[in-house]
Amino acid sequence: MTALLDEPVQSTSGPDEARTAGAKRSTPYLLLLPGGVWLLLFFLAPIVVLVSQSLQTGSLEQGYVLTWHWGTYVDVLDTYHVQLVRSLLYAAVATTLALIIAYPLSYAIAFKSGRWKNVLLVLVIAPFFTSFLIRTLAWQTILSSDGPLTHALRQLHVLSLLRGLHLIDNDQLLGTRLSVVTGLTYNFLPFMTLPLYASLERIDGRLHEAASDLYASPWTGFRKVTVPLSMPGVVAGTLLTFIPATGDYINAQLLGSPRTTMIGQVVAGQFLRVLDYPTAAALSVVLMATIVLLVAAYVRRAGTEELL
Amino acid sequence: MTAVLQAPPTSAPATGRRRRSPLAWVREHLILLIAGLAFVYMLLPNAVVVLFSFNRPAGRFNYTWQHFSFDAWLHPCAAPGMCTALGLSLKIGVLATLLSTTLGTLAAFALARHRFRGRSATNLLIFLPMATPEVVMGSSLLTLFVNLRFPLGATTILIAHVMFDISFVIVTVKARIAGLDPRLEQAAMDLYANERQTFFRVTFPLVAPGIAAGALLAFALSFDDYIITNFNASASSVTFPMYVYGAASKGTPVQINVIGTVMFMVALLAVGIGQLSARRRTQ
Repeated sequence: MTALLDEPVQSTSGPDEARTAGAKRSTPYLLLLPGGVWLLLFFLAPIVVLVSQSLQTGSLEQGYVLTWHWGTYVDVLDTYHVQLVRSLLYAAVATTLALIIAYPLSYAIAFKSGRWKNVLLVLVIAPFFTSFLIRTLAWQTILSSDGPLTHALRQLHVLSLLRGLHLIDNDQLLGTRLSVVTGLTYNFLPFMTLPLYASLERIDGRLHEAASDLYASPWTGFRKVTVPLSMPGVVAGTLLTFIPATGDYINAQLLGSPRTTMIGQVVAGQFLRVLDYPTAAALSVVLMATIVLLVAAYVRRAGTEELL
Repeated sequence: MTAVLQAPPTSAPATGRRRRSPLAWVREHLILLIAGLAFVYMLLPNAVVVLFSFNRPAGRFNYTWQHFSFDAWLHPCAAPGMCTALGLSLKIGVLATLLSTTLGTLAAFALARHRFRGRSATNLLIFLPMATPEVVMGSSLLTLFVNLRFPLGATTILIAHVMFDISFVIVTVKARIAGLDPRLEQAAMDLYANERQTFFRVTFPLVAPGIAAGALLAFALSFDDYIITNFNASASSVTFPMYVYGAASKGTPVQINVIGTVMFMVALLAVGIGQLSARRRTQ
């Protein structure tokens, strides 16, 4: 897509080009103005205010003064590094699981579904348009301790196995690491599947033929042709899953317990209940900075900067 | 997998595949098995939502199956406050969609059709909201409003929704414009259509499906957003997701499942129709 966009697609030409050159030069700026101003005012400016807030001292009643109090960051990291690391870990596991599930899924839709392809795509996209809170509440029902799933897994002694693996603590599924990661993986699976599908679907079938003509085994062909060509989808999918999963607090709140608290819950709590704005802002900045650093490192390593 | 890797991928016929070894056969069906399990995983919650919309729970929570009942379907607004919240969500969703689709479409044309100074910076500004966790966007906007002493409510929710919708509209519409065949516009020009005629009779109708897709996405994102909304709402501006979240701790009325079921059906229809019309266009 990037390559296409870099080509000037402008199709106008002719004698009146010079006459309207002045007006043309301002056209893109005029078109961009309303949307750009909106993003500057309500996306970028708030982040500047957030960073400034994190370095202020004072109280909500008496007002805050910018004192460049970096100590807030030290306190925040000291107190909440457990939740931060836990969030990154849960998000990484959920992203990995989503990739493991979504790759065969999108491969099957792209290459094996035949005329069912459109139906299957609808089934992937449709849940995404249904309230994710209601669907997360449905997971509460599915995983609840008196539900059929817990019962069946207890009968099969799978619960003891999961306890042995430290995925759950007691004899229940809800309120555990397992349920939070299950919810996270579930919620962001479409974000992984769709970019993967898009990049797999675009692969020219003749490349596979060429690979087998050149005596590549199916597995080698898959490894050397399909996988590299699907990398843009893998990178886009992992980013679209990892970033929101790290900041998510719905799954941890509805499916977890106090032992699975994620950083998003702490940020929301500080902002909306504790009303300690500098601490809350510092936490938010730390979360954003961590994600930006990780994503930058990942994108550089994957060698797909042009994706952005 | 063997057969498929050799066959043209899009039209792999179900019959006439040469199976080389039992291992390949297992592998081929393994992938279908995994895909099937993935669909169960993805659709199980929706099935539960539909099933429990016919439940008559014993207590305040709709978590265990008791009796079959049509009550919730016959009285969808019986849950106090739910329909008000739903109305506010619809109103904000429509307004946010109109605003963000207009602003986003204008910006998409600028980015797809013009080269100008500051283009890569603009692209970055558009990409960032999609790559920022919702807690950060929601909390920073709240910090701004608190510092400006701007009262929280439906207006601040709308401002936030347009903000996170714009980028998605731009990306969707921009992709559609970039995918246009430039020869169609050249042909119009060759046939003595002026710029305005070319735009309104050729370019815009061709871009319209992209704009529609962007608008649908914008509405879905706005209607479903909880995290950013919750930061920028007041006690008197409760949207549907906020209502559902509150219900999770106070007691979940069955009517929530009715709304969830209706949303799923509407989504199936909308996405299905979109797919069908897209296929008809390509044929």
